[in-house]
Amino acid sequence: MRSRAAHPDPAWRGRITATAIALILLWPMLVASEFKPWILFDAQSLNATWNFLAAFFPPAHSSEFLALMLEATWQTIAIATAGLTLALLGAIPLTLLATESLSISRLESGRMRIAGAFVRQCARWLLVVLRSVPELVWALLLVRIVGLGPTAGVLAIALTYSGMLGKVYAEILESSEAHASEALLQNGSSRLAALFYGALPAAGSELVSYTTYRWECAIRGSVVMGFVGAGGIGQRMDESMKMLAGAEVSTMLIIFVLLVAGADLVSTFLRKRLG
Amino acid sequence: MSFVLREVSVRHASAARADLGHALNAVTLTIEQGEQIALIGPSGAGKTTLLHTLACAHPPTSGEFSVFDTQPWTLQHAARHVLRARLFLAPQTPPLPPRQRVVTAVLAGCLPQWGFWKSIASLIKPRNPDIAYDALARFDLQDKLYSRVDRLSGGERQRCGMARLLVSRADAFLVDEPLSALDPTLSRQTLHTLQEEAATRNATLVCSLHQVELALEYFPRIVGLRDGRVVFDAPRAEVTEAMIAALYRNAKQDDPIALNSSATEPVEAHFA
Repeated sequence: MRSRAAHPDPAWRGRITATAIALILLWPMLVASEFKPWILFDAQSLNATWNFLAAFFPPAHSSEFLALMLEATWQTIAIATAGLTLALLGAIPLTLLATESLSISRLESGRMRIAGAFVRQCARWLLVVLRSVPELVWALLLVRIVGLGPTAGVLAIALTYSGMLGKVYAEILESSEAHASEALLQNGSSRLAALFYGALPAAGSELVSYTTYRWECAIRGSVVMGFVGAGGIGQRMDESMKMLAGAEVSTMLIIFVLLVAGADLVSTFLRKRLG
Repeated sequence: MSFVLREVSVRHASAARADLGHALNAVTLTIEQGEQIALIGPSGAGKTTLLHTLACAHPPTSGEFSVFDTQPWTLQHAARHVLRARLFLAPQTPPLPPRQRVVTAVLAGCLPQWGFWKSIASLIKPRNPDIAYDALARFDLQDKLYSRVDRLSGGERQRCGMARLLVSRADAFLVDEPLSALDPTLSRQTLHTLQEEAATRNATLVCSLHQVELALEYFPRIVGLRDGRVVFDAPRAEVTEAMIAALYRNAKQDDPIALNSSATEPVEAHFA
């Protein structure tokens, strides 16, 4: 007891205050979001849930349906891959503009030149704009412009994901070991050469693993966008849901799990190769 | 004239060390093209900062500084970067990414001469691996040409960093403790190769060393640094035991700031 009085923890008060503030702020959020979990358990919803879930087994497996699924799955993967590739085309130049650690002026004086800092800030703002609009919203807009079909999905993924990839790539490059790229800049290499010979080998496996994770997210995202008519497995799922065809929905859910597991395998394989 | 410093002072780049004052204090030094100089002095004396200043890594706070008869800090940004290609700074810890192959890490010394597409093409298929092989062979590392850097030992990495120096087209080598991971035999071999290369292309060699005997044996001119000041700058014949003893005396044990600065030496190497 005496030691507690003699050496009070200076962080204690701060922790208590932070917890209290968090609780006070969280309560209105729960109210605003109409968080009422008990609704799940009233008799009517339990009954409806049970009927829908009971239809899940056995999953639909007629060869005609499976062929349809195969095509839809392939379309989903294609949307995700094409979208991510386009996103990379946008993200890589923006990353180069936004990364501070490749600044020669910062190397000299610890500060960037004003012009350089301004360009970087503009690149960051562009990244914020791109990723602040969810891909679903882009898809809704683009479906109006290019019509129903995968094109809208591909463009929506490309727009949102270039914002996300650019931001995280820049952060990975800034937080990874800069010794190699700094030494190259120091000896008169250009910024791009320092990126390819110093920064990328130092951060390669993190960049690859984040990109494959984003590819996995793009697969999920393209499923969701299918619900608004952007093609692929999501569009089929929307139809099956509306017809309450539980067996078909369960087949599609199994396909989702397999797709995500597949993306995981690809990521592990690539990391091993680079690690 | 390779380097001229007149009353040059340099402040530590990190604000946290501002209270320590200057890392270099009114240093006056003239280095002719092709000269070979050893920098000696206790840890935290400013050897690394001096090498970084010579390499145009950061601007001096006061004094006059010129490299190859131009004043780098009056030049435009881009022109100064072109000047840096003529100076090769080899940091104390070899700056080689662990997942890179040795051949790529060595050929990175050619990057200032290569254009963008040539650099990218060399990542896919190394461009003239022969010069990398020859450079590595001078340190007996030729059979590591296609190994990955993380398969090398500390001493091998350090010599691999020196091989990068050999393939560069620099007119001045600024080498920071090239022997810290090497045994006595390899130390001699490495110093010999560096000096031979500097002599053949008439490049200036400034090398910071902790091995005073080797410095005196190999280098015709010795500069002793302590507390950011030049204590002596003399031909090796004029350096006496007493001068060396005074340079390292006591390593300033009862001065807390000095102890602190030697403890944070890696930080200094990092920022610069």
